[in-house]
Amino acid sequence: MKDILTNLEQNFAVSNIEKKRDDLYFINVEKKQIISVLTYLKDYAEFTHLAFLQAVDRIEENQFQLTYMLYSFQHKTNFAVRVLIKRDNAEMISIHKLWKHAWQYQRELKEMFGINFPDSPRVDESFVLEGWEEMPPMRRDFDTLEYSTKTFYQRPGRSTNDPKKYMEKKLYKDFAKSPVIARKDG
Amino acid sequence: MDKISKSNYENFKADRSKFPEMGNGKPVIDLDSQKFTKIWQGPQHPGVTGNMSVEIIVSGDEIVDAKTHVGYLHRAFEKLLERRKYIQGFTIVNRICVPEPDTNEYCYSAAVEDLAGIEIPEKAMWLRTLNLEMSRLGSFLMWIGGQANSLGMSAIGQWTIGMRDFWLDLFEEMTGGCVYHMYMIPGGVRKNLPTSFKDNARDLIVRTRKLLIDVEKTFFNNSIIKSRLQGLGIITPEMIDEYGIVGPNARGSGKEYDVRQNNPYVKYGELDMKMITSTVGDAYARAEVRYREIHQSLDLISQILDRIPEKGEIQAKLPNVLHWKIPAGETYIKAESTRGEHGFYVVSDGSKFPRRVFARGASYTHAISVLEKLAVNISISDLAALMVSLHTCPPEIER
Repeated sequence: MKDILTNLEQNFAVSNIEKKRDDLYFINVEKKQIISVLTYLKDYAEFTHLAFLQAVDRIEENQFQLTYMLYSFQHKTNFAVRVLIKRDNAEMISIHKLWKHAWQYQRELKEMFGINFPDSPRVDESFVLEGWEEMPPMRRDFDTLEYSTKTFYQRPGRSTNDPKKYMEKKLYKDFAKSPVIARKDG
Repeated sequence: MDKISKSNYENFKADRSKFPEMGNGKPVIDLDSQKFTKIWQGPQHPGVTGNMSVEIIVSGDEIVDAKTHVGYLHRAFEKLLERRKYIQGFTIVNRICVPEPDTNEYCYSAAVEDLAGIEIPEKAMWLRTLNLEMSRLGSFLMWIGGQANSLGMSAIGQWTIGMRDFWLDLFEEMTGGCVYHMYMIPGGVRKNLPTSFKDNARDLIVRTRKLLIDVEKTFFNNSIIKSRLQGLGIITPEMIDEYGIVGPNARGSGKEYDVRQNNPYVKYGELDMKMITSTVGDAYARAEVRYREIHQSLDLISQILDRIPEKGEIQAKLPNVLHWKIPAGETYIKAESTRGEHGFYVVSDGSKFPRRVFARGASYTHAISVLEKLAVNISISDLAALMVSLHTCPPEIER
């Protein structure tokens, strides 16, 4: 693993090399170099298995973090490559030529986070949300309460209770008057 | 004999007017030509645990194109988890996969412990191993019933799913829950083993082994099953890395990848087990791998029962879980489910709520990319068998 890390440091603009466990490493990579870093890891460092590609919404920094989780059967180690991209009009380079199942993750990210992957096959098809017209729902600023009040309606004749008052009034009415509680108060 | 000469067949042209036109070695799909039919298999289909549909285009009874559609079971777990405290999330994650909820529980709890820097007691580790292995066994028993059922042999399903119910009873004894157990809480496990548990479990292992003899006779020594599963859905070794195939699907093609042995977690490193592989790569080989893993599970459970310490703590000390702030960081924890590598990627931002929780299920690629590739050129009647032989579990695709 040391050779791979030094090679990465010498040849690419990597930062934040972090060893989380013996079998889990994290590194940060520039957006432009993602294809070359992943190709190096896949073809030369034997990290041939792409476990997943997912995004994290870092809304405070106005950035998305993309995580490419690789695994090597030889080193028995997971290697996570992180890329930070801009949140507005987010766009990322597609890796569908490196792994044949990568398009699935890219399609999901486009639908759930609104990150576009130009040239990725079937990226515009809907994955889970057919006919969705709102903001991509996994973004942090998607207001779930507003969406549900707008889309669904309360069943007529149904009343809601404040849980605390309900418990006090209904369930513990007799209990509150019981001598045990009275003694403690006194 | 003299009459047969080259001139008789030289100008012969087959009547292909009823067959589709070919281009680049593939039929040119034109639904208006009346030579193709589009059929939706699903979303309700007895062969799948959950709702998923495959949109297939057939020419005669041969599938020429397949597309998987999911979304019928989306419950937005990942979004829910972002709005829940860590301890509240624990009750949600096991719903991600119905037949095998414990792998989700373990991965989530272990990820939270990893981020918070908590070490769990020795006995809790053993109880977790027992719970995980029992859930693998239950899921395999359900799978073998599904595989036989997809080929029209429903008797095996009755037997094995009946046997799984006895294992669920044992789960109830151990955890208090039958289907969803909520046992592996962050910091340890929730309950100690009841006194009669070990004897009951050993009895059940003997009964399960007895049943497996019948299953082997009727399923694996059955010429119909052999003729239909052998050669169906061949996964070549090159496909494994290209498509991210894991679990028994990869081991059926000779890839030695089992998270329990490659990256041992809980107490799997201390148990005696061997990697089970096959080199054929078809649906029958995958069935054999899974059948041998059922025996392996039974063997592991009896090993674990012998080695669980009698005394010891089962929970580590936790802070007040309702105001529990986890230090910022990210981690990836994986475990071997019956479908392969199952992992949780958890990102914390230092608050009471997780920033992102992602559940990586093995079916994500198996049911979409791999199924779409393998379904082409097989008969429509084999599609259900192929789908079950890849062990697709739709709830973990859409989470």
